[in-house]
Amino acid sequence: MTANSSFIELDRVSLTYKSRNSSTHALDEITMSIGAGEFVAVVGPSGCGKSSLLKLVSGLHLATSGVVAVAGQPVSGPLKISGMAFQNATLLPWRSTLDNVLLPLQIVEPHASRFNKHRDKYEAKARNLLALVGLSGFEQKYPWELSGGMQQRSSLCRALIHEPQVLLLDEPFGALDAFTREELWGVLQRLWLDRKPTMILVTHDLREAVYLADTIYVMTARPGRIMSKTSVELSRPRTLKDTFKSEFIEPVQALRIQISEVMGAE
Amino acid sequence: MTYWIRRTVPIWATILFIVFWQVFCGVFRIDSFILPAPTEVVQSLMQYHQPIMMHALQTLFTTLVGFAMAIVFGLLLGLAIGIERAVYDGIYPMMIAFNSIPKVAIVPLLVIWFGIGTVPAIMTAFLISFFPIVVNVATGLATIEPELLDVLRSLGARKHQIVMRIGIPRSMPYFFASLKVAITLAFIGSVVSESIASNVGIGYLMMAASARFDVPLVFAGFVVISIMGIIMYEMTAYAERRFTFWATRANDIVT
Repeated sequence: MTANSSFIELDRVSLTYKSRNSSTHALDEITMSIGAGEFVAVVGPSGCGKSSLLKLVSGLHLATSGVVAVAGQPVSGPLKISGMAFQNATLLPWRSTLDNVLLPLQIVEPHASRFNKHRDKYEAKARNLLALVGLSGFEQKYPWELSGGMQQRSSLCRALIHEPQVLLLDEPFGALDAFTREELWGVLQRLWLDRKPTMILVTHDLREAVYLADTIYVMTARPGRIMSKTSVELSRPRTLKDTFKSEFIEPVQALRIQISEVMGAE
Repeated sequence: MTYWIRRTVPIWATILFIVFWQVFCGVFRIDSFILPAPTEVVQSLMQYHQPIMMHALQTLFTTLVGFAMAIVFGLLLGLAIGIERAVYDGIYPMMIAFNSIPKVAIVPLLVIWFGIGTVPAIMTAFLISFFPIVVNVATGLATIEPELLDVLRSLGARKHQIVMRIGIPRSMPYFFASLKVAITLAFIGSVVSESIASNVGIGYLMMAASARFDVPLVFAGFVVISIMGIIMYEMTAYAERRFTFWATRANDIVT
């Protein structure tokens, strides 16, 4: 990726949370440049401000200093071209799976104002997306009738339904068992190859980062700084078989050593 | 088999209670103006069924009108308090102060303002039953998971969209739970008002009966109020199951 194709720019961004009698320095002088359609993973010890980084990019938080820019525009409030998924699926329990996936379309323009008129069209789109992640037949089920993995699949669909240019994932598979998690890596990779949004995945699973990402940033513990940037050169689509090859294991080991250094340095 | 035993337990328990009461009155030869036996209460119910019906309908009417007002105002005020911090800060202390005034003490004032009869009964039912609705709806809004808010905020949702899509549906279980409390309170409110300042309604009927030492009729009044209370409670409970099944789903496993 060359610098001028960069889609998300962070220029010496710092973030300090202030409460009445304390302040927490969460992020320190973060500089990143992410190309359009690039898949970036951010790894680091817990409490290093990875989630804060996502909230900065999404506009949920504003930087204390420095500039965050998406698509050439400085971020000054919640982005309308982003989708987000979290560690908890955060589905609305009073809505069926289908209605949960449709939620962003009822909020984000231009879909919101034509939603009622074109409901059939939007529903078909949501059904297609659910089918793509293997949830055909579960459209009318409620979230509490689904397994954790199924909930997380629905959550991914909800993050993608309005075709955001940026997809921000905050440890989306962190609460799942290992088998389901590895299966969903494949699902996520397929979705990404299908639509090529710019992705930022926050995770503490190094194998997950290597499996999915083009570029991996390692962050230090609080205050979060970028410690290193690694490119993953494995060809796509990557498969679970690839995870046992030495080209896969080597970067995972290298990352693990870096994380140990980061944690030891604290 | 166990299913039917469980379903019919309330009926058996009630029958057992009535039988015990009957035997108790018979064995100890208790005078009917102290504690009438169930048979005497039933007799009184049959003898006076026409006036009882008339007064019961009046009480049902005032209760339901007061309750309906409480739903409308309670819901609106609860939403306002839950959504807007300034409204909460401004109104909540006053509401707590107001709620701690015994409603019996307000009835004479209502009589001065509105005269005796229907209006004070409606107002008392309203005043006594709208507080739990307000508190519950506001609580429902205040306890929304921040993660759910983040989902909408990250989509750039405006405040009214957040309220419509999350705030209101999320507070509905709290709202319906409060209705079960509110409907019984509304009955208490209108009966209290009727017994102080009215010439219609079950409350009045019972006051008049006790003045004549017609204790079986007083008990007949209790029975009628209880039955109306149970029916209305069941109707609100049904509405709760119907509209917020997603919040009470765990209860289905029991049966």
